[in-house]
Amino acid sequence: MSIWEYANPAKFMRTTGAMLPWLLPVAVAATVGGVVWGFLTPDDYRQGSTVKIMYMHVPAAMMAINVWVMMLVASVIWIVRRHHVSALAARAAAPVGAVMTLIALATGAIWGQPMWGTWWEWDPRLTSFLILFLFYLGYVALWSAIEDPDSAADLTGVLCLVGSVFALLSRYAVLFWNQGLHQGASLSVASGERMSAVYRYPLYLAMLGFAALSLALILIRTRTEIRRRRLAALQARELRS
Amino acid sequence: MIDLGKYAGAVIGAYGVSLVLLGGLIWHSVAANARARRDLERQERDG
Repeated sequence: MSIWEYANPAKFMRTTGAMLPWLLPVAVAATVGGVVWGFLTPDDYRQGSTVKIMYMHVPAAMMAINVWVMMLVASVIWIVRRHHVSALAARAAAPVGAVMTLIALATGAIWGQPMWGTWWEWDPRLTSFLILFLFYLGYVALWSAIEDPDSAADLTGVLCLVGSVFALLSRYAVLFWNQGLHQGASLSVASGERMSAVYRYPLYLAMLGFAALSLALILIRTRTEIRRRRLAALQARELRS
Repeated sequence: MIDLGKYAGAVIGAYGVSLVLLGGLIWHSVAANARARRDLERQERDG
């Protein structure tokens, strides 16, 4: 069995159709569980109750970057191997990534106002996240603006490659740019200072939930795109005959 | 009831914005999928 079998739309629909009835409830349960558990954690001695915002902000920021990386992989597969399902998956993922980026930006601003004394700062990580959000919007707009689906997939694939610079910058900006307000990674394998387990475990669950929810939504949206493509093909065939 | 102290507005605002955006995304994804399935089934049935 090869992974390329899933490039066949019928095979993709069968497999994801069997996965989604359990994936979506698990994803929603993990997200709700992580977020509610996080909401019930005690106040931090420095941040007070605003520490609870982390359970929305960190998983959303993680998925904002990871969804773009997934789009990059799908776009490269399209450009190299011309598998339509991969192009449609990249298209389907963009609104999910855009919403995750918007949640990260909004919750970051709401947290920043009481903690930093400002809603916004032109800090390297914040700025690269804002540019990433604009890339998401541009990607969605470009898909909608081009009528021929293969041309749209080609051009959005190139846009995705360019935008990947900002996705990586959003992730690593704090490591090589010392100036700016944003702190380093909340969770790090290399970090010597570990977050208390009281805060860490709900965060793990929320991250797992956001990841599973994003995957489920991308699969649902890819199925939608495949159905729309098939419908358009049937209507075009009917017009010709 | 949990006491969120002086940051109650920020915490509730952040959760509120996030849940509205997530809920909207889930609703839009599921509704668009149902509509696409309905349209395709109708086309395949009626031609």
